[in-house]
Amino acid sequence: MATKKIAGVDVQVNEEGFLTNPAEWNKEIAVELAKEEGIELTDAHWKVIEFCRSAAAVKGAAPTLRSITNGSGVSTKDLFALFPKGPAKKVAKISGLGKPEGCV
Amino acid sequence: MSEEPRKIAFICSKGNLDMVYPALVMGWAALGNGIDVTIFFTFWGLDMINKARVDHLEIPPIANTSMKMNMMGVPGYIGIPQIMGIIPGMTAFASALMKKKMKGLEVPTVREYLEMLVDAGANLYACKMSVDMFDLKKEDFVDGVKDIVTAGDFMDMTEGAQIVFI
Repeated sequence: MATKKIAGVDVQVNEEGFLTNPAEWNKEIAVELAKEEGIELTDAHWKVIEFCRSAAAVKGAAPTLRSITNGSGVSTKDLFALFPKGPAKKVAKISGLGKPEGCV
Repeated sequence: MSEEPRKIAFICSKGNLDMVYPALVMGWAALGNGIDVTIFFTFWGLDMINKARVDHLEIPPIANTSMKMNMMGVPGYIGIPQIMGIIPGMTAFASALMKKKMKGLEVPTVREYLEMLVDAGANLYACKMSVDMFDLKKEDFVDGVKDIVTAGDFMDMTEGAQIVFI
């Protein structure tokens, strides 16, 4: 386990750069993590991130892509356009959660 | 991460319910991880993209040694006598059971899975030889099937890809 300074805050991250404690996450950290992935966050991105945060708070794990599209109303097409080249990990990472558990 | 994105191609040659899901599940996982996905449907695999067939895929209990009666709630691993498999309705029964199980796990239907894959950027193609053999046309296929291509075309478009035959 390593410590990384993101947006001026020391947070615990795993070897892939995922935050290991979702409680250490904040919006500034999300902006920084998104930049690392080459993504400039817009309202549409925040809708997805906020959905993931609340879903994870209830279930204890990052939601799968299908639960994001079903639950947030963001279509599959839009989700893949907002977080190109591998939304599964990118969304979870920017939202300060672990990798989604589940195959769909 | 390397410059060239990883590519994976699935060849779907079966239409039985248990054989159609692997490519859908792995293809979806691949797209979620940023991997380029191409799926080539050939022979019985064309049932997966045939509008008239996609919602009616089945699994027969005959000659399926792994299908045991515990699926129906009978404890242990008691087999289904093969002679029962020939009773009319047994295939429909087994198929309905499996679909119910999958629905309970929130697994999408084959039709919905294909839509998700297409929306996420997967490239779907039908095999020309099989299409000709079954007298099918592009209009017979679900939306998102890009084209009917030859085996040679498939080889060209999957250069550098990892290929999985199902």
